[in-house]
Amino acid sequence: MSAHLLAELTVFVLAVFVGFEVISKVPTTLHTPLMSATNAIHGIVLVGALLVAIVAAPKLGPALSVIVVFLASLNVFGGYVVTQRMLAMFKTRASGPRDGAKR
Amino acid sequence: MPAEITGANQIAIDAAYLVTGIAFILGLRFLSNPKTARLGNTISMAGMALALIATGFQLDFGAAWWILAVGLGGGAAVGIYSARAVKMTAMPQMVALFNGAGGGAAAMVAAAEFLRENPGLNPVSWDQSLAVVLSTIIGAISFTGSIVAFLKLQELMTGRPITYPAQQVVNGAIALAIVVAAGMTIANVDAVPAYFVALAAAALLGILFVLPIGGADMPVIISLLNSFTGLAAAMTGFVLGNNVLIISGALVGASGTLLTMLMSKAMNRSIANVLFGAFGKVSTDAGPTQGSGGSGTVREATVDDVATMLAYAKHVVIVPGYGMAVAQAQHSVRELADQLEKKGVEVKYAIHPVAGRMPGHMNVLLAEANVPYPALCDMEDINPEFPRTDVALVIGANDVTNPAARNVPSSPIYGMPILDVDKAHNVVVLKRSMKPGFAGIDNPLYELPNTMMLFGDAKASIDNLIGAVKAL
Repeated sequence: MSAHLLAELTVFVLAVFVGFEVISKVPTTLHTPLMSATNAIHGIVLVGALLVAIVAAPKLGPALSVIVVFLASLNVFGGYVVTQRMLAMFKTRASGPRDGAKR
Repeated sequence: MPAEITGANQIAIDAAYLVTGIAFILGLRFLSNPKTARLGNTISMAGMALALIATGFQLDFGAAWWILAVGLGGGAAVGIYSARAVKMTAMPQMVALFNGAGGGAAAMVAAAEFLRENPGLNPVSWDQSLAVVLSTIIGAISFTGSIVAFLKLQELMTGRPITYPAQQVVNGAIALAIVVAAGMTIANVDAVPAYFVALAAAALLGILFVLPIGGADMPVIISLLNSFTGLAAAMTGFVLGNNVLIISGALVGASGTLLTMLMSKAMNRSIANVLFGAFGKVSTDAGPTQGSGGSGTVREATVDDVATMLAYAKHVVIVPGYGMAVAQAQHSVRELADQLEKKGVEVKYAIHPVAGRMPGHMNVLLAEANVPYPALCDMEDINPEFPRTDVALVIGANDVTNPAARNVPSSPIYGMPILDVDKAHNVVVLKRSMKPGFAGIDNPLYELPNTMMLFGDAKASIDNLIGAVKAL
């Protein structure tokens, strides 16, 4: 095992602990937005997809390269927009003037 | 990694990635309160944007620029459009789809790296191979598993468990094939063909392991798939030597795992039991559960009966389930609650952790209908209140209210924590018909002397109730 791998493992393990710590404080009412927010976060593979699409494009072929970037991009943009849309709906008090107008 | 870049640039890029990691953690931290949650998501978005810009500096676009433009633009367009257009009731399948996209991308990134480094001859270090193989396997399982989950939730295929003889044996054999092929890849024995066998077997296993999962178990499986994609992203981080992927993937993996554990705990079942138990199948042959104190007869109520009862109650607890989502009844439910509150009735909502098809599904639907979130009560908070509740109004929830879970040891759901609606003075159940719920288990609640049934489509019934309450 290289020193490099050990350093990466350290980061991984610590991030898992931070993840558990932070996520356990999320109230049940926000569990769906939580799923969708973490969903958007794993869209970070887009970083990898971009790197790989450029470097390995000759090997993968253009079609597969487009697909890998497309999938990751779908994940990022869709994930964030849907999370934002959901979070906008959570309100403490419903009986504001806006609702009167709406209903 | 790719393009040759100078040391100073690399440090700047790594620093940007560090900021991204911090932004993601803060984003999740801010989700601990609905008031700050939106800000948290914005911070997380900014972190993502920073990581992408930093990555852009590493790229030597060259001839491949159009690949990025088409992929990025296409993904963004489809993602944003579908995220805006999707109905809140369809959120579980939307999340499943985005999750699958991420898993698929992770597996493909790993595959591309593998092919680039290993044209079949030059051996790669074992740890690099291990990361590639793990990222591929987990990503592929998550990709095909999420697609099956999506198809089930979208009702493009049956939502019931699909079982066949020796299912566990078949899955076990495939899992074994994956392990062997992965081992060969890492040991560099016929690495390339072995790698593709592992990839194909993992994709197949993803399909097969979600097939026997029934609709009511979806919250568990959606959480688990979420955690898989997170892990796949983290493994991709090991492959590329990229810390931001490792950190983000670990966060998501932890979140998905935690939710999976919470969901299975809320059903009093182990994760293994959910995955391998094929719930609906097991329970059908359990036969009719003998009523526990049930009279064997069901009282059917009229809209006017129920409206009167609700309007003259002091405390009403609304218990929503997947049926409310199916009937798109959340707005009507809110309006009924408004009408009742006008008459001085105190209305609360009791949310079971596994009501619906994903964690927090009911909360989001009610939030969409403008129900203030403090009115939504968790199971532990609301259960002690049922004995003081005049009317418990059960809308499309079934198994999570089944008293057999408390007092019939032979019941398949025995031991599952439930909402104690049967302890309310009166229970009104809105239901399409007497058909048992998803798990196919009879619900003795319907035969209790204090229970009344109002049959029909949930939305139509509630709209009728609103009219009747207004007329009182």
